[in-house]
Amino acid sequence: MTEIVRNTSRKKDFLVEYFRTQMRTDPDMASAVAAIRTLLEFLRRDKGETILGLRESLKWATDCLTEVDSSVAVSSGGELFLRFISLTSLEHQDLSRCKKVMEERGELFLEKISLSRTKVAKLCHTFIKDGAKILTHSSSRVVLRVLEKAAAEKKRFTVYVTESQPDTAGKQMADALRRLNVPVTVVLDAAVGYVLEKVDLVIVGAEGVVESGGIINKIGTYQMAVCSKAHNKPFYVVAESFKFVRLYPLNQQDVPDRFKYKADTLRTVSDLSDEHPMIDYTPPSLITLLFTDLGVLTPSAVSDELIKLYL
Amino acid sequence: SGLGMFSTIICGFLSPLVVKRLPEHVQVDDPAVVKRLAKKLERQQIPLRSDYGYKVSLFSHLHQYSRKAPLTQLLSIPSTVIHPSIVRLGLQYSQGIVAGSNARSVALLHAFKQVIRDYTTPPNEELSRDLVNKLKPYISFLNQCRPLSASMGNAIKYIKKEISNIPSQCKEEEAKTKLLKCIDRYIEEKIVLAAKAISKYAIEKISDGDVILVYGCSSLVNHILCEAFEKSRKFRVIVVDSRPRLEGREALRRLVQRGISCTYVLISALSYILPEVSKVFLGAHALLANGYVMSRVGTSQIALVARTFNVPVLVCCETYKFCERVQTDSFVSNELDDPDDLMVTRKGKTQLENWQDVSSLGLLNLVYDVTPPDFVDLVITDLGMIPCTSVPVVLRVKNLDQ
Repeated sequence: MTEIVRNTSRKKDFLVEYFRTQMRTDPDMASAVAAIRTLLEFLRRDKGETILGLRESLKWATDCLTEVDSSVAVSSGGELFLRFISLTSLEHQDLSRCKKVMEERGELFLEKISLSRTKVAKLCHTFIKDGAKILTHSSSRVVLRVLEKAAAEKKRFTVYVTESQPDTAGKQMADALRRLNVPVTVVLDAAVGYVLEKVDLVIVGAEGVVESGGIINKIGTYQMAVCSKAHNKPFYVVAESFKFVRLYPLNQQDVPDRFKYKADTLRTVSDLSDEHPMIDYTPPSLITLLFTDLGVLTPSAVSDELIKLYL
Repeated sequence: SGLGMFSTIICGFLSPLVVKRLPEHVQVDDPAVVKRLAKKLERQQIPLRSDYGYKVSLFSHLHQYSRKAPLTQLLSIPSTVIHPSIVRLGLQYSQGIVAGSNARSVALLHAFKQVIRDYTTPPNEELSRDLVNKLKPYISFLNQCRPLSASMGNAIKYIKKEISNIPSQCKEEEAKTKLLKCIDRYIEEKIVLAAKAISKYAIEKISDGDVILVYGCSSLVNHILCEAFEKSRKFRVIVVDSRPRLEGREALRRLVQRGISCTYVLISALSYILPEVSKVFLGAHALLANGYVMSRVGTSQIALVARTFNVPVLVCCETYKFCERVQTDSFVSNELDDPDDLMVTRKGKTQLENWQDVSSLGLLNLVYDVTPPDFVDLVITDLGMIPCTSVPVVLRVKNLDQ
């Protein structure tokens, strides 16, 4: 019994270490992509005897990774990875052949999603007109890629970034944009309503896209969406397709606790009512369009795509 | 009538070869259509039910029958054309003994099972064709007793398809057993198991401390609440009711019997009670292809007021109630119930007793209304939780399956 426990704890350590290394070596990579790389490596090293055992251990590995990084994207990316590789007809008698097929499909999946940010940028940059003033929230690598592409197309635009407490991630976004020679201003989270009359459009990233077409993103996004609706400014969301998750929150309370707080907080703190959530839910009625690698979607089309992905 | 002309013009523009006729039950004010219907019923030897009382002009294109004059009074005994279980079913429908979308469909399927059991193929006829022709007058009869619901329509389509798919070499006994099994499986899958699947999803949305508002009596919503109570969720229920049907009393009885703490209000107290409510659970009669929810009259009012108070509205509906129809208002296709139901007797006096004598007075007893998808936050079906706008996607997926 202790042998098994030692084995699982060793496997877990390996998973966590590999995941952390991936995140460290390429800070530009999405955490979901790092998770999928880890799962692929885990698949290669797995010594399971049955297909069912393989699936079970992959599910267990996804849960371990969710404990390390509790973002929505990691759990949705893991689930989609599992579905993608097991969607083939695994009729081969030989287990190693089946594993090889699964590994190949895993590599294919990884390749597809590494290109997804570029696809999103290609779709979205055309919506940024010359002379546009853009408002964005906190630090999102996808939004950064979109703005890079727009700048590369020789468009002139200015950006307002919210400071985004408690981790002031907005400042990192501002530094990255300054390096691209884009004029950028950091504003307080409380100044969103004040600044909205000057801006032409709002672009935010997403940590997860839910079944209703709404998004889960850094806290402050919902506020920004409500204000843009009141000002009649378009509210655009950019997200890769692996962020689509099978969740259907009805309101802020309905988002599960495991996504609301950081993984460390969930582990160490017993009474969560003192902790402040790091994310909020923006309902689909406030979102104008979603830019994904599957195309430009309205919020009601997200459910259609999810049904295609998951069923 | 204006409605008929309008539809033929539109269809003529879109496809000159195919002219889709409006169903006759929404063209009652057109004498030509009524004459056509009378001829058809005469051919099938089914008596024509006559309308009763003055109809409000906006709804004069719909039938309005009186419960005191059931169709069975005009039938000869014993009826040679209509199977006795169908006669009984028709009477149960028209008197309101069997009411509710699921109950009516299940009763219909059981009656059809009895018909199939008693059926013998006449010589020189094929079962697959003759049985379908036998069912046509039964369906007309049931339609005369009470207009068919969307779920019944889907069930009938399914049975007709199964019957016509019987191969001609199949022996009669074998074919009959096969059909009976098909019907049992349909009931089991689409109604019983669907209710279990929907309960599973719905229970995730019920948290401890919730105050849930329900309207009228939906078998599915009652099932969900009872299941949630079994799984030890702590919640209380507010049952909203409305005249003249007062179906909420039945829902109240069922929930209190299980031990769920309930409050009972009439629909006029809705805005008073809504600040206390955390979620609204509604049943549906049918879900239309443009995302509109067709349900008991009063449902759209509840959804509208709940939206104003920012209370989430959840509709629970099995996929067999999804229909390809599109409707944006409650006028075009609806059902008018007996206007005499609106008369109420208090302290020995009956108000509106002689309403027929007042020439300008019309009593309107609507049965259904449609709720737009903007007021509905979530639809729970046996395929999962979907937004209201994804109904056409489900219909497409279902058509691919078939």
